[in-house]
Amino acid sequence: MSTNESILEVTDLRTSFFTEGGEVKAVDGVTFDVPAGKTLGIVGESGSGKSITAMSILQLISHPGKIKGGEIKFRGKNLLDLSEKEMRKIRGNQISMIFQEPMTSLNPTYTVGQQIRESYKIHQGLGKKEGSKRAIEMLKLVGIPSPEKRLDQYPFELSGGMRQRVMIAMALACKPDLLIADEPTTALDVTIQAQILELIKELQDELGMSVVMITHDLGVVAETCDYVAVMYCGKVVEYADVRTLFKNPRHPYTVGLLKSLPRSDRDQEELTPIKGTVPSPDEMPVGCRFAPRCPFATNLCHEKLPSLDDVGDGEQIRCWIYTDEWNGDPGVKVYEPERTTEG
Amino acid sequence: MSQKELLKVKNLKQYFPIKGGIFGRTVNNVKAVDDISFTVNEGETVSVVGESGCGKSTTGRAILRLDNPTDGTVEFDGVNLLDLNKKEMRKMRKDMQIIFQDPYASLNPRQTVRETLREAMAIQNVVPKEERGDRIAELLETVGLQPYHADRYPHEFSGGQRQRIGIARALSVDPKLIVCDEAVSALDVSIQAQVLNLLKKFQKEMNLTYLFISHDLGVVRHISDRVIVMYLGKIVEVGDKKSIFENPQHPYTKALLSAIPVPDPDHNKDRIFLQGDVPSPIDPPTGCRFHTRCPFATERCKEETPELRSAGYMAEGHQGACHYMELIESGEHQPTRETSNVRMLDEEPEKV
Ligand SMILES: Nc1ncnc2c1ncn2[C@@H]1O[C@H](COP(=O)(O)OP(=O)(O)OP(=O)(O)O)[C@@H](O)[C@H]1O
Ligand SMILES: Nc1ncnc2c1ncn2[C@@H]1O[C@H](COP(=O)(O)OP(=O)(O)OP(=O)(O)O)[C@@H](O)[C@H]1O
Ligand code: SF4
Ligand SMILES: [Mg+2]
Ligand SMILES: [Mg+2]
Repeated sequence: MSTNESILEVTDLRTSFFTEGGEVKAVDGVTFDVPAGKTLGIVGESGSGKSITAMSILQLISHPGKIKGGEIKFRGKNLLDLSEKEMRKIRGNQISMIFQEPMTSLNPTYTVGQQIRESYKIHQGLGKKEGSKRAIEMLKLVGIPSPEKRLDQYPFELSGGMRQRVMIAMALACKPDLLIADEPTTALDVTIQAQILELIKELQDELGMSVVMITHDLGVVAETCDYVAVMYCGKVVEYADVRTLFKNPRHPYTVGLLKSLPRSDRDQEELTPIKGTVPSPDEMPVGCRFAPRCPFATNLCHEKLPSLDDVGDGEQIRCWIYTDEWNGDPGVKVYEPERTTEG
Repeated sequence: MSQKELLKVKNLKQYFPIKGGIFGRTVNNVKAVDDISFTVNEGETVSVVGESGCGKSTTGRAILRLDNPTDGTVEFDGVNLLDLNKKEMRKMRKDMQIIFQDPYASLNPRQTVRETLREAMAIQNVVPKEERGDRIAELLETVGLQPYHADRYPHEFSGGQRQRIGIARALSVDPKLIVCDEAVSALDVSIQAQVLNLLKKFQKEMNLTYLFISHDLGVVRHISDRVIVMYLGKIVEVGDKKSIFENPQHPYTKALLSAIPVPDPDHNKDRIFLQGDVPSPIDPPTGCRFHTRCPFATERCKEETPELRSAGYMAEGHQGACHYMELIESGEHQPTRETSNVRMLDEEPEKV
């Protein structure tokens, strides 16, 4: 993204868990940019390393996990160089996160008001009265009815949708520059999901935030993101702007995902699944991680790991097909617009 | 497709009592399913959709009599299941199987796949004992597993593989109807597509009938012949797939469909935002149960309960339960509430 200034640049991030069964490379060389004011989507199947990537950015990885290397530049500064004390000033203040499971990040024993006030106290030194005033403003901002009353309620007294709004209110309390939303709507019904996604988008415009949207739902990506990083087995395999990704996907895995997806917006003759399953950490392929499932794989793919390379127009791909070394069919067509019964 | 009615559900009610007081008396009821009727023809797939808590699983469970329905009839192959005693019902289960969302919870962790399948066949006494070994190998192959998988335990499989074992178990007794309750919801899309294709293949080969419960409307559009839309224990709309997806009549169906994120950045979204959350099924709203959130609600909706009905311009078998279907269609009845703002701060019914 040469034309656009990036707020976050993650380069070759590696995070592992050292378990009894050996090292699990949860995040294995992740690289992406988040252009300022834009939304980057991170997609991929369960276990591909999306959440661990997010938690690594905020350095919330605990034993037996460890960030082994790489660079996380936020506004040009490498967060991995900061002390825990300095990180604490950034978390919840300049970078906020909405977690996958709302109940684990809302403290069940504190009221909504206490939890939002806490953030104002830590980062802005506000007392109870001023904190409450600001908390009410935040709850209003996220569309919670009778916010004054909600301040004294506990998380379990709220519906799923309201809880998620409270989470967003908390995350946005200090008007962060970057919001990381990890599956913010996965547990919600689709009509409530629509409300929450729209809300995040509106708040982003009002506050000028950048957003990292983590999801496994390609519909959510198409709707909310400007750029997308597709992850597979701890690595980014494709990075592109959202239109390119959906209109002209290039990595065989991305194409496989799109062909597996049953559509609600049109009739579809058949689904073409990706064969096989995601390899387990102890049988990770040495070459391209996708090779055992890839319909195009050659011996090169099985033996050597391709790197994430620029292919022009700000797009990056990790696949041998797009390199000079490709030794398979030179005219290979990874993506062909699908046949549909109806436009 | 044959038009034989395999399953006929009439005025089905499933209330769960809420006990209270020192005598543990029933103080109220969760009206999980409240007077629904529908039929499923042999060889077709009928989906039940709707948001969490609307009564989809309860409907499936009531049909299989995993719970004892409060009222109504469930006719399967001409027999009212609710009249059967335990023993007769057990026999009936050979023809009616269920696949759950979480195959892990429904498989015995201490049994190998072989033992699980053998037991299912033994209980229903479907295959002669000496042929069961061959049948197991055949079943595993059918669902895309290897013969050596037979001697493994559930925890040794991935989620997608476990779901295949659940399918193999359901198929092992050669059923007529399979209730699939969120059978593919927990799976990653690449694996989900594998399992969906399997389900479709078996349906064709064995003339299976599916009652397919799901909240994923993409999956539903892919697999269904007909669709039932539920809201708070009631059917609000039913029809062939094309009618439901391309010509929805009930305001709830319209809002539900408009809310689905579509994997196409150029998709033009005319989104209808609903206010608040689904009310409690303990004291559901009077009149039309959707009136507290419906963009088109009027005073009449608060008082009069709309029944499922058809209008002249609707396809055969397509029915909706809304007073204003025709007038909304013609544009004569306009929204009575804002539908584009997600920050209305409207008071909503308290959650119980
Ligand atoms: N505490 C831990 N110990 C060992 N391995 C872990 C731990 N936490 C995560 N992992 C592993 O790291 C990998 C990446 O996990 P992560 O939670 O980032 O996946 P994800 O992409 O967010 O998946 P999901 O879509 O299911 O949320 C997985 O293989 C997971 O098993
Ligand atoms: N055994 C029970 N006792 C009391 N209430 C119950 C029982 N089973 C279900 N309910 C309630 O009945 C209603 C319908 O539940 P059901 O499980 O059928 O919903 P569902 O449509 O399958 O939802 P989901 O999409 O979350 O699976 C809910 O309000 C639920 O809490
Ligand atoms: S590198 Fe080879 S195996 Fe990997 S995605 Fe590309 S073609 Fe497939
Ligand atoms: Mg995750
Ligand atoms: Mg259910």
